[in-house]
Amino acid sequence: MNVPGLPRERRRDFDAEVRRRAIKGGIAAAAAIVVVTIFSGFTTSLIVATVVVLALYAVPWDMIRYGRWVVPGVAIIAAIAYPYYVDDLFELPLFGPFPSVDTAVTMTIFIMMAIGLNIVVGYAGLLDLGYVAFYAMGAYTAAWFASPHFAESVGAVHVGSVGVSPEAEGFHLSVWVVLFLAAIFTAIIGVIIGLPTLRLRGDYLAIVTLGFGEIMPQIARNGDNLFGTGFNLTNGAQGINPIDPPGFGETISDWTGLPVDYLTFNADFLGRELGGIEVFYWTAVVLLLFTVFCSVRLRDSRLGRAWIAIREDETAAAAMGVPLMRTKTWAYAAGAFFGGMAGAYYASFKSGTFPDDFFFNISIFILCMVILGGMGNIWGVIIGGGFLAYLNQEGLGNIGAEINETFGTEIDVPLYQFGIFGAILVLVMLFKPEGLIPSARRKAEFEEGVHDEPLYDVTQ
Amino acid sequence: MATQARRLPFPTLAGRLPDYVVPAVAFLLVGLLLVWLGVNLYKTPNEFYRLFLIGLTNGAIYGLVALGYSLVYGILELINFAHGDVFMLGGMLVATMVAGFGLAGDSGLFLWSMILLMLVIVMAFCAVLNTTIELVAYRRLRHAPRLAPLITAIGMSFILQNIALVWKGARPTSVDSILPRGEVFTIGGVAYTWDKLIVLLFTVPVLIALLMLVQRTRQGKAMRATAQDRDAAAMMGINVNRTISFTFFIAGGLAGAAGLLYALYITNIRYDEGFRLGLIAFTAAVVGGIGNLPGAVLGGLVIAMIESFNNGLGWATPGSDWTQSIIFGLLIIILVFRPEGLLGERTPEGG
Repeated sequence: MNVPGLPRERRRDFDAEVRRRAIKGGIAAAAAIVVVTIFSGFTTSLIVATVVVLALYAVPWDMIRYGRWVVPGVAIIAAIAYPYYVDDLFELPLFGPFPSVDTAVTMTIFIMMAIGLNIVVGYAGLLDLGYVAFYAMGAYTAAWFASPHFAESVGAVHVGSVGVSPEAEGFHLSVWVVLFLAAIFTAIIGVIIGLPTLRLRGDYLAIVTLGFGEIMPQIARNGDNLFGTGFNLTNGAQGINPIDPPGFGETISDWTGLPVDYLTFNADFLGRELGGIEVFYWTAVVLLLFTVFCSVRLRDSRLGRAWIAIREDETAAAAMGVPLMRTKTWAYAAGAFFGGMAGAYYASFKSGTFPDDFFFNISIFILCMVILGGMGNIWGVIIGGGFLAYLNQEGLGNIGAEINETFGTEIDVPLYQFGIFGAILVLVMLFKPEGLIPSARRKAEFEEGVHDEPLYDVTQ
Repeated sequence: MATQARRLPFPTLAGRLPDYVVPAVAFLLVGLLLVWLGVNLYKTPNEFYRLFLIGLTNGAIYGLVALGYSLVYGILELINFAHGDVFMLGGMLVATMVAGFGLAGDSGLFLWSMILLMLVIVMAFCAVLNTTIELVAYRRLRHAPRLAPLITAIGMSFILQNIALVWKGARPTSVDSILPRGEVFTIGGVAYTWDKLIVLLFTVPVLIALLMLVQRTRQGKAMRATAQDRDAAAMMGINVNRTISFTFFIAGGLAGAAGLLYALYITNIRYDEGFRLGLIAFTAAVVGGIGNLPGAVLGGLVIAMIESFNNGLGWATPGSDWTQSIIFGLLIIILVFRPEGLLGERTPEGG
């Protein structure tokens, strides 16, 4: 095999590796086909999917020049084309059909949040148990600036809004503006929370963030009459709705054919009837790609290396001249940025925001994603986040139905959701603390046992 | 532990401000608090006494739970998130036993012996449960990074909550009221009832016994030594694993006792009550100075008083909607400005 870009002397290693992987992957693929066929029936899509996965696995792409772009490239294309082939996909045993596009939107948004949290927990090693506060902040920013909530106080303020009548009162900013506004606003909140608290280490920091995570939803719940002044900030337990949908407006739509607004969108494109949900999904994928790109670039930057240095040994990092406070605060701000953006987009997707969405378990749920996938590794976090969000949305229901049908039982599997996430946390930490797909560096840390506890205290 | 000076693992914000700032702010806050309490006392004295008695009783229960956090933190430097849920499961067990034994309406010697029996059962149950949690979830992680056991603790807490949810459902489980609720004495027109007194009569001896255990016995000495330096303690011939297990055992027993008192006094308990109360109790432990046993009880009293006054007083009071925010706000302020707590000692390394 003549592989372009491969030096002659490495060709032999390459061929041996391909052979080894082809045999190993082939056996696994054949087993997978047999299992799926027995339990769920055979479809052509099964063969196609197996061939694609096998092809991606069998070739050691990292040994070829430009090869490392192949797997992410195929994954991105597969993700973008998802609405086109989801209905034809095979069913998995136990899990049932693949997630619907609606679920896929939620999954994508939660993956974004997990990547944001991964910056704080995975890169910088600061345990944040109150990440839901950032999610809430983003969602409420979207609710303030793209809904009729402030109708009485501000009149009609419109900046590129779509999907609402021009006379509608309240702030109506374009959702694209709101996304970045929410992200920046949340990042500022992250810095404000971080500045006094980031001096604390380890579990003390975890407790303080937990405290903020509990205070935020309470403010959301009681904010309809803030401190008795009668000022309605959050509309209390009813939440704020409707929130404007994203969209591009008439002018851009005339030029490019992009949807005017997502809720009423309906078109025929490449042989498939498209509704708002598909456009929501693609937008979420684009936002996710933006998040992944920023996260990877941040990790490889000077700042990212400083985060990892702090995670591995705070004292040594300080001795090497890493400014502890500034670096940690940046980690907080970056994590909060993506959490806020994801929260704002989710609020716009659901067209509302309610204080009951921001419980402590959401923080743990997102933490669970990061830990399951592998702290510090983006690809691990994407897979862990996608899997857990899927379980939460429809997976547990499917599994429950499947189990009850097979064994004739009456188990309400979604009731065990808490316990399952708790068990994931415990089992992963006990048996594979570096996660399912660890970064090599993190793995080494867990094996050697890095101690957070320094010998001496070092102020920045 | 009580007598040992703790080293703080981080630089504090207070260290960077001029010396007089923190005391000045603290005095200002305490002064405002006293003014607020004074005005309320003047305006509605009866209400004030009533809330004070409620706070005293709740404080005893919070203190019992906080002691468990404090003990475990003292020895392992681990926030045992599952502790509140052990407490909650204890309460649920008591609810089941009260219904199962058919105690509603009983009185006299039979009732008291049954309560004692339930106390023994629930303490044993919670102690064994807590020790098992340590064995399963924390022991393997002794040498892992500090965050690892913290994460398993959260996981265990979720598992226990789920067990209670499946066992008793999502609605509060009500417990038959079996404690006598007649009045003992009256101050300012407010009756102090027997059930409140019983809670105090439970807590005070337990605290004294625990202090004696930690300060006077051989086992207590082993606990203090292990807390101070695990490796050195092992070299001195102390069985570290057994000492840690024993600490978890004691903490679990305290949680069980608190669960019994809570179930009998409040008369209903919910699956997520343990987590909520656990956070409050942890705050209490931090307020009092974590690792400091009398501090934990003091912290419990302070937190319970704040909660009770804030829920009930009329003048310039945020009200029960904001109780949790106030408690966590206090936690954050304490951690940032005085992480060694009210009774904790300042040490050269931490100051």
